[in-house]
Amino acid sequence: MLSPSSGNTVIKSKLISRRMFLLTAAKAVVMFGIVGRLISLQINEKSKYKSLSDKNRYREWKLAPERGVIKDFFDKEIASNEQVYQVHLIPENSKDIEKLFVRLKTILEISDQRLLILKKIIKKQKPWEPIIVSDNITWSEFSRLNLFLHELEGVKPVVSVARMYPDNSSAHILGYVSQVSAKDLQTKKYLKELHVPGMSIGKTGLERKLDEEIIGKIGFQRYEVNAFGKRVKQIQINEGQAGKSFKTTLDFEVQRYTNELLKDKAAAVCVMDIYNGDIVSLVSSPTFKPNEFVHGLDKDYWESLIKNKMRPLTNKTISGLYPPGSTIKTLVALSALENGIIKPLDTFTCKGKIELYGEKFHCWEKDGHGIVNLRKGIQRSCDVYFYEVARKLGVDRLSETAKKFGLGKKVLKGFIEERPGVVPNTKWKKKFIGQNWYLGETLHSGIGQGYFQSTPLQLCLMTAQIANGGFEIKPRILFDKKNDNLKNYIKYKNDNPNEPLPTDLLVSNFELKPLFKNQEHINLIKDAMYSSSNEPGGTSYRHRLEDRKFTFAGKTGSSQIKRFTEEQRAAEVKQESLPYKDRDHALFVAFAPYDDPKYSISVLVEHGGSGGKTAAPIAKKVIKKVLERHELRKKANRHIGENV
Amino acid sequence: MFRARSIQSSLSFKDKIISLDYVLIFSIFILGLVSILAMYSTDGGELKYHTNSHIIRFFVFFIMFLILSFIQIRFWHSQSYLIYLIFFILLLGVKYFGLTSSGSKRWLDLYFMNLQPSELMKIGLILFLAKYYHRISIENINQLRFLFLPIVVLIAPLILVATQPDLGTALLIAAGGLTVAWLAGVRVKFFAISGLAFLALLPIAISFLKPYQKSRILTFLNPERDPLGAGYQIIQSKIAIGSGGLFGKGFLQGSQSYLDYLPEKHTDFIFTLFSEEFGFFGSLFILLLYAVIVWRIVKIGNVTRSNFGKLYCYSFATAFFIYVVVNMMMVLGLLPIVGSPLPIMSYGGSSMMAIMLGLGIVMSCKVYKDTPVN
Repeated sequence: MLSPSSGNTVIKSKLISRRMFLLTAAKAVVMFGIVGRLISLQINEKSKYKSLSDKNRYREWKLAPERGVIKDFFDKEIASNEQVYQVHLIPENSKDIEKLFVRLKTILEISDQRLLILKKIIKKQKPWEPIIVSDNITWSEFSRLNLFLHELEGVKPVVSVARMYPDNSSAHILGYVSQVSAKDLQTKKYLKELHVPGMSIGKTGLERKLDEEIIGKIGFQRYEVNAFGKRVKQIQINEGQAGKSFKTTLDFEVQRYTNELLKDKAAAVCVMDIYNGDIVSLVSSPTFKPNEFVHGLDKDYWESLIKNKMRPLTNKTISGLYPPGSTIKTLVALSALENGIIKPLDTFTCKGKIELYGEKFHCWEKDGHGIVNLRKGIQRSCDVYFYEVARKLGVDRLSETAKKFGLGKKVLKGFIEERPGVVPNTKWKKKFIGQNWYLGETLHSGIGQGYFQSTPLQLCLMTAQIANGGFEIKPRILFDKKNDNLKNYIKYKNDNPNEPLPTDLLVSNFELKPLFKNQEHINLIKDAMYSSSNEPGGTSYRHRLEDRKFTFAGKTGSSQIKRFTEEQRAAEVKQESLPYKDRDHALFVAFAPYDDPKYSISVLVEHGGSGGKTAAPIAKKVIKKVLERHELRKKANRHIGENV
Repeated sequence: MFRARSIQSSLSFKDKIISLDYVLIFSIFILGLVSILAMYSTDGGELKYHTNSHIIRFFVFFIMFLILSFIQIRFWHSQSYLIYLIFFILLLGVKYFGLTSSGSKRWLDLYFMNLQPSELMKIGLILFLAKYYHRISIENINQLRFLFLPIVVLIAPLILVATQPDLGTALLIAAGGLTVAWLAGVRVKFFAISGLAFLALLPIAISFLKPYQKSRILTFLNPERDPLGAGYQIIQSKIAIGSGGLFGKGFLQGSQSYLDYLPEKHTDFIFTLFSEEFGFFGSLFILLLYAVIVWRIVKIGNVTRSNFGKLYCYSFATAFFIYVVVNMMMVLGLLPIVGSPLPIMSYGGSSMMAIMLGLGIVMSCKVYKDTPVN
């Protein structure tokens, strides 16, 4: 049956089967390889690929949060938010950007310059990222835009909120907000996670100090997008969180009143609660319009600000440095008493000038004050008396007392624009000027001239700490209900110096730090200040308030810009006849009411001449205003205390 | 012998129906249904162009496959050379009258469909060589003069297809042809020699490669080389498969393909889409279906008496397996993207037609398993 050919066929068939078996084995190996790869991708590395897939799939757009508001002591918003109308554009949704801009120009007011900037931004960012064409358009522009929206593919009208300041009087202490700059992104860590294009941040003042908390948390819209970046659908929306709101110690009414008083002057006023350091008013003049900064500053306005010789952008209360002038005499006298250099009734004779090693030191009163003791020295602000005291005291002991009372260092926290000033002494001069101290310089320091530099706020603090009986306080601008019973505390401490505190006072948890050795010395200074303001011959007697409710005790001062030449002195040149920029700065510090002190005040008028003539009248009005509002303030405070 | 022949010729229609391999038919049908689901997903869950024409193609060619099963094995044997010749002429026709799409000339416009003859050539070459090695005696197989014709019929279509250019299909055609030669008993040393010759010619071949082909090979070696360009496909495919996880993202939920991250999702990357939506278990299921199909074809080869039938079934099973794994390894990032469809699953009429033709011949080997071919 089996032919040779059929045998051949069988052999061949066996060969084929054998080789097929080998191939089948190879196939099995390949199969396992593929299954292995599937296991590695879909089981072992699943989470990696899952997140890669989500990254492909979702894209997020950040939403700017609403900035917290800043309120005054009576809960009036002094930095609030307003609704604004904006125009956004998503470039990829527009077929022809050039054409769109041409059309937009007929509807909105956009400068060619702005268009160039916008085009640059569009080139830089991804086509699906929105840009803000205009962040503040008028209602009529907004309604026109909505009317023509069907012709404007890619354009989105947006209703948003932006910072709004109801008044300019607190511009300096509040600061302003403006667009984030490249430098801000580099220097401010918190912006790294927060940054949303078009968001405003605080640039100066409280807005800057509080920026991190007041900004809020950004929200996001998460969209599913396809491979070409086109939004397919919205997956999630998170509105973000509005920033924290803050309550300050400022009194908006006083701010406005004071700002009006200072109009057309380069001046500064600080008012402080002498027990808890609450800053009631902090006004620098001339002021500026912070609202102008919110939506991109107008170039002309900016030019006018930086060219103005009265420096409207500087917060003179904390950044302006002025020699304290005669206002320092309170501390010179105190230091001399504390160090036992003089007795209150020790006298010197003022003949209008003294001579030291051939150099003449003049008193402002050419004819001299005659026989002068401490009280009269302060009342009349006799320079010769303080030359003598300073010479005996020495600059190092004076500087110690001055520093204790808050001069020469920053007194507020977190304001980058605040400057510390200078309290000179022998070591300081050696270190910063590289020379030895001369005795003549001690005399100049004794009347607050020479190297001395201080801010109006420091002088206000100094006065407050004298007024409250010589206890350290920390100035504060943010409302804090703690330490409210400090006044009782000080009173108790004064009445029973050696008794432990009753528990109800301990609750305030306040560390009371006396700045004196003998409180009698403080009282002597306060009495002398009273005489300066309220007894005939006193330097601010003309501007006293006779109603005991308002009666204040103060000290005038003027800080010299230019020394008088002997010729000017001989010719009895008056300050008023000097060119504006050569006139002295006028200063005045005070506390009120004298019988039960509550507030301290410092007033500075740049190139105002003498403190008694220009600064004291302003102080008088502000003190009256503040004291009139004291009951309201107390009520507001108690109200808050009850709620908590 | 006469008796056997008389038995075979007296097969009734009922006998033929009974002798069909129903496991194979069932597996192919299930795979077809799965492919329709996948295609429906690529169309974003709507009955659109791709799904509709895929459904039509699948059923038309599935019926063709069933009909072809009843054609005598003797017919396939006797017409093998002619079939090869027709396919070859069609290939030549592509060269002169072909349609050009995305830079390569692969299709003939037949009015009712665009035919890709290179797909048919995959079957034609196997048929030709199966007949050739069936006919020559075992002593002659390794004689050089008997190697001449196989080399010519292998190289000629290869050059035509590679210059279309379609390197992937050319290599798959070669794989089928070489499998027949290997099974017929051509010595290992010939494969080794031709392999070495291939390596020697490789630098020259590379100089003929189009820049995009070179870039594909480089990209395969390092997909992150150019993540937005040539490496994009591999990276996105791996992301899709990997993110599918154990159970997948669910039917019509494949975000990678739905959001157009996946390239060529109808054709070469259909497995990626399926794997993303049905996960590891879905992928295993597909793999299992293909394994069953290959196993059944090999089984038919085992029971077929003629060496022509054996050679054809084994070679086709192996080629089919290679088409499947090359596609899968490609989308899994184990091979460069060469452009090879996944049999039955991928969108494409010519590929479907060629595979169904191949399967029809396999089934005819089953029905006429005891019929001598000559």
